[in-house]
Amino acid sequence: MKVIFKTSYDNDIDLHEDWWDRGKMIALVAVMAVLPFFLGEYYMAEITNTLIWSLAGMGLMLLVGHTGQASLGHAAFLAIGAYTDAALMNVGVPWLVAFPLAGIAAGVFGAIVAIPAVRMSGIYLAIATLALFVIVEEAIIIAEPITGGVGGLFAPSITIAGIDFDRYASLNNFYWLCLAVVVLVTWLYANLMRSPTGRSFLAVRDSEVSARALGINITRTRSLAFGLSCAMTGLAGALMGHFITFFNYELFSVFISINLLLVVTIGGLGFIQGAFFGAILITAVPQLIAILRDGAMSTLGLDLSMPGLDTLVFSVILIGFIIYEPTGLYGRWLKIRFWLELFPLARRDMFRRQKTYLKTERMK
Amino acid sequence: MSLLEVKDLAVHFGGVKAVDGVSFSVEEGEVFSIIGPNGAGKSTIFNLISRFYKPTRGTIKFDGRDITHMSAHEIAPIGIARTFQNIELFDHSTVLDNLLMGRHTHRNTNWLQDMWFLPKVRREEREHRRVVEEVIEFLELEAYREKLIAGLPYGVRKVVEIGRALAMGPKMILLDEPASGLSVEESQEVAYWVEDMRRDMGLTVLMVEHDMSLVNQVSDRVLAVAQGQPLAMGTPAEVQSDPQVKAAYLGTEVYE
Repeated sequence: MKVIFKTSYDNDIDLHEDWWDRGKMIALVAVMAVLPFFLGEYYMAEITNTLIWSLAGMGLMLLVGHTGQASLGHAAFLAIGAYTDAALMNVGVPWLVAFPLAGIAAGVFGAIVAIPAVRMSGIYLAIATLALFVIVEEAIIIAEPITGGVGGLFAPSITIAGIDFDRYASLNNFYWLCLAVVVLVTWLYANLMRSPTGRSFLAVRDSEVSARALGINITRTRSLAFGLSCAMTGLAGALMGHFITFFNYELFSVFISINLLLVVTIGGLGFIQGAFFGAILITAVPQLIAILRDGAMSTLGLDLSMPGLDTLVFSVILIGFIIYEPTGLYGRWLKIRFWLELFPLARRDMFRRQKTYLKTERMK
Repeated sequence: MSLLEVKDLAVHFGGVKAVDGVSFSVEEGEVFSIIGPNGAGKSTIFNLISRFYKPTRGTIKFDGRDITHMSAHEIAPIGIARTFQNIELFDHSTVLDNLLMGRHTHRNTNWLQDMWFLPKVRREEREHRRVVEEVIEFLELEAYREKLIAGLPYGVRKVVEIGRALAMGPKMILLDEPASGLSVEESQEVAYWVEDMRRDMGLTVLMVEHDMSLVNQVSDRVLAVAQGQPLAMGTPAEVQSDPQVKAAYLGTEVYE
């Protein structure tokens, strides 16, 4: 087991506890950066998709995992990001300007919506955000001059300083662009979580009563979390628009919202890493099932191409996770790592969850 | 002038008069205890001062300011910290983070600066940490610094709550039954800490407590309440010998 000898407060303030940890993160980004040299187009497109989903997942993670608010309407913010970005680019705004604006538009919209919404919590908030999603969907159809209505909208290919980032013509460039965005947003998110702002999010999540007693303005904190969450999701939406290239309102269905919620719950609520684990699961498992099915067809001669089977297997996996591993994929990974570090001293009941007792409900 | 002045405070929930016409004032540097049988309205008085409940009648003044109509989150910045009877900690965070959350009122950075983690943010984090370390040393929490609250024993959680309130650097601290559920040794420690808070930190302490030995040991003055109404106020000895207080706790004698 690793023991860190801390010599200054900076050891705790830094993102990584030591150079070994920092090195692992750098190595991961480096490996991700050189992937296009080793993998074919099919895999690169899939990985790009996973990155975009991770970004959207991080957006929802901030809200659900770190501030304890549910949202079933995040597809709406994906849509706002995608449409803002594409519509601005269609009138000639360069991507470098349109992209941040897409995030800001989704964020500002989210923060405004949040002011009344944050008075609700739990299932009520989920329903309110679902209603919001329906409104946004209708608004997209109505605002035809900007959004192309039912017909949809074309996201122009990205060019920065003469370099082409088109999703088809130069997929690798587009992948690197997505990677850069995800790395930057992850870094900002991680910074936020180690700062007073991040702590106030956690405070609001764990005990509203004592958060107020500590001087935390609940409404403002929750609105801020809502806004930041929507901004991140909006950025993901903008990238998703470019990835799909031609989209209409149907791309942002309520199933996207539910999938996003699955990303954060199955990935591991309350961990940034969880968003990545969840995104990998959500994007890779359907592909994996398809590959296995084709394999069964060619080697065993089993025809498993009946409709709905993929979805069934996928759903069983998801339900299994929710029942047997409520802390998510990342939580499971932490347990495995802990077990290995302590080997052979780990005990079976080490992770048995303790019931929180004496929690007062009186002032809620 | 007193630090805290409560005048004719009342709160009614429907027909229940939880607190009805309570007045008292707490001087700076004083340890003031509120005692009373269960359901007397002691915690309700606390919740009124920390603005979780709206008073039906009366005024609360702190440090010369009328705080009767302030929001709950505006109470901490003016220097009132509190603990809760039924521990309200952030269970999924470490002791250190819980104490750092107590420093919220002292933050001078906004979320944009936090996001980019500017040098100013780091400087402030170091300063918060320094203050928190003082609290950790004072309450002897060193061994638990990096433990999650969810895994801590009850007694330690109680202490962390006091620590979180102290990390705020308040003028006055409201302790809601700091010794409830603690062993004799632990409540003795609480008594020492309350004395130290007053003597070394210059804090004013307002305390609700059932443990009479703790109340006797540390309080300058005691207010006894029953059924929302004040019974007696004075030194611990005076209050305990008051016939009305005795009646409230033990019932009245029946003469034949």
